[in-house]
Formats: sequence, C-alpha cells, structure tokens
Amino acid sequence: MKQKTLFVASAVALLLAFALGVLVYSGQQEKEAGQLAEAGRAALIRMHSPTLGKPDAPVVIVEFLDPACETCRVFYPRVKQLMAEHPDKIRLVLRYAPFHNGSDKVVAVLEAARKQGKFWQALEALLATQADWSPNHTPQLSLVWKPLEGLGLNMEQMAFDMTAPEITELIAQDIADARTLNVTKTPEFFVNGKPLPRFGFEQLTALVDQELESARNR
Amino acid sequence: MESFGQSADRRWFWLFAAWLVATVSTLGALFLGEVMGYTPCVLCWYQRIAMFPLVLVLAAGLFPFDRRVVRYALPLAVAGWLLAAFHLALVAGWIPESIKPCQQGVPCSEVQVVWFGFVTIPLLSLVSFSIVAGLLLATHFKGEK
Repeated sequence: MKQKTLFVASAVALLLAFALGVLVYSGQQEKEAGQLAEAGRAALIRMHSPTLGKPDAPVVIVEFLDPACETCRVFYPRVKQLMAEHPDKIRLVLRYAPFHNGSDKVVAVLEAARKQGKFWQALEALLATQADWSPNHTPQLSLVWKPLEGLGLNMEQMAFDMTAPEITELIAQDIADARTLNVTKTPEFFVNGKPLPRFGFEQLTALVDQELESARNR
Repeated sequence: MESFGQSADRRWFWLFAAWLVATVSTLGALFLGEVMGYTPCVLCWYQRIAMFPLVLVLAAGLFPFDRRVVRYALPLAVAGWLLAAFHLALVAGWIPESIKPCQQGVPCSEVQVVWFGFVTIPLLSLVSFSIVAGLLLATHFKGEK
C-alpha cells in the first residue's frame, strides 16, 4: 500500500514538475522574444523590403519568408485574405529567411523580377508551383523559370540582375536581421513589432485584431 | 520471515529507483526535444527507443513486484548504455567521423547543450543507463540472502 502511494506520488510529482517547467520555460521564451524584438526594432523593418498595402496602415505585419517553405506557401493566401478583410488597415513587409539550401538563389530571382515591377506576381507564381521547382524540399534554380513564363518578364535581364551586388547585399542583410531577431523557423510574423506568442494562424489573427483594436482607440 | 520481507522491500525499492531514473530521463528528453526545441540526432533517437519503454516496463514490474522484470528491462538498459557510450565517444572524438551513422539533419557529433562545462546530453544518457542497469543488476543478484 505504501509502495503504491510512493509510486503514484512520484509519478504525479514528476508530471507536475514537467508541466511547471513547460509553463516557466515558455513564459520566459515569450518574454525574451518580446525583448529581442524590442531591442532589434531597427533590424525588423528595412527600407529595401517589398511591401504590400498602404504606407500609413495602422497595423504592420513583418513576415520572414522562405519561398521554398511549405508553411509559408500555406500561410501566404491566408495573410492576403486577412489583409482583404481589413482593407487599408494592414501593411505587409516581406523579409527573406531563405533557410532551405539554394533558396537564396530563388530569392534573387524574385528580386530580379521586382526590378521589372512584377515581384508579387512572381512570388505568387512560385508559391503556387513550389512543389515543381522544389522537389523533395530542394529548390532548383533551373526549374524556377518555367512557372514565371507568361508573366511578361524579361528572363535574360533577370538572369543578369540576379547577380547584382545590391541584391546579394539585400539577401545577406535579411539573413543577418533574421539572426538578430532569432528567427529560426519560417514563416515568422511580427505584428507592429510584436512576435507571435505561439506559432499559428489563430495567434496571428488574434494579434492583428488586438493591434487593430488599439489603433482604433488611439 | 522478517528478513525476507526486508530484502523484498529493498529490491522493490531498487526497482522503483530505476523506474524513477528512467522516468526523469524520459521527461528530460521530452523537455529538451519538445519544449526547448532541440532536434534529436539519430543516435539520440536510438537511445530514446531504449529509454522510453523502460518507464512502462519497470512500472509493470513494480505492481505486483516481479523480479523477472530484470530479464526484460536489462537488455534495453544495456543497449541504451552501449549507444550512449558510442555517442559519447563520437562527441569526444575518440571515434573518427566516418563511422558516425548520421547523414542528414543534426550531426551526432555536434554538441548542442553543455552544462557546468562538462555535462552534455549523451553524458546524462550514459549516467542514466548506468544507474538503471546497476539497479536492475542489484535487484537480480542482491537481497537474495
């Protein structure tokens, strides 16, 4: 009888300790992420980043994105829909976090398309066909051109622009900023400088709603 | 009669201690992996495969107390111990890189966590498996006078 009590008490104590550990640790992480975002505010938004939406929108979503990341592909239309639900209220700033091997080349292609004023079309075309040019999660530069046909892009010019030093610099800066902000997974969202408490679309919507609310009260 | 009761009690306690060590190790591994987000390397996974079932197997041997549980639990503990020793040797560089069985993801020779300057995850694993194996051997051989 005593043995059973000992066993059950130990099991419960261990599980409670584990749960407490989870609680304390995630609370700490959340606080640290907030502080990090606060300290790294300069690294959060750069003038060079592609943006969508009105410049004076009260809510700014900064998204760290990898064109080869599947979750980014899934999130992209939902973020666009979120923006459509609150017209003129949300601005999207895209930052690159090309964590997949070879993804930085694809980002360079996107930036080259941007030089021809077709960034968002190119991004959407590539996200929609992600599985074609990134078989087995391995982005292949030779395969990204086909999905871009029909957008009226000057491909030769793009192949030239891709290697431009300002594009290389821009990508390097985004990767450095991602490191500063401790962005290790994509997509990572910051809403008006605040990181998501936990990853998820509901959390993103909730944070956007909260920021919209506080903007309305201002 | 009384001495028998005492030795049985003692053996039960050793087994219970082994269960405690296995459970703490399991929860610790889950905390490191699931909460703190460290990706386990291949060798870590093999050690987990040896450690996690010990929690259930040893618990089953406690109620009612069954000494034969040692026969089922000891092979797991020994296998885990060998894996942990191999892992530790790999991290220490005693075994050349080419033998390491990981190709992708987190290399096993990479040290993700160091506490107090010398405590690493494979070391904790080796210590846990050693204690569990030792207690199981004690349960089997000792207390039988």
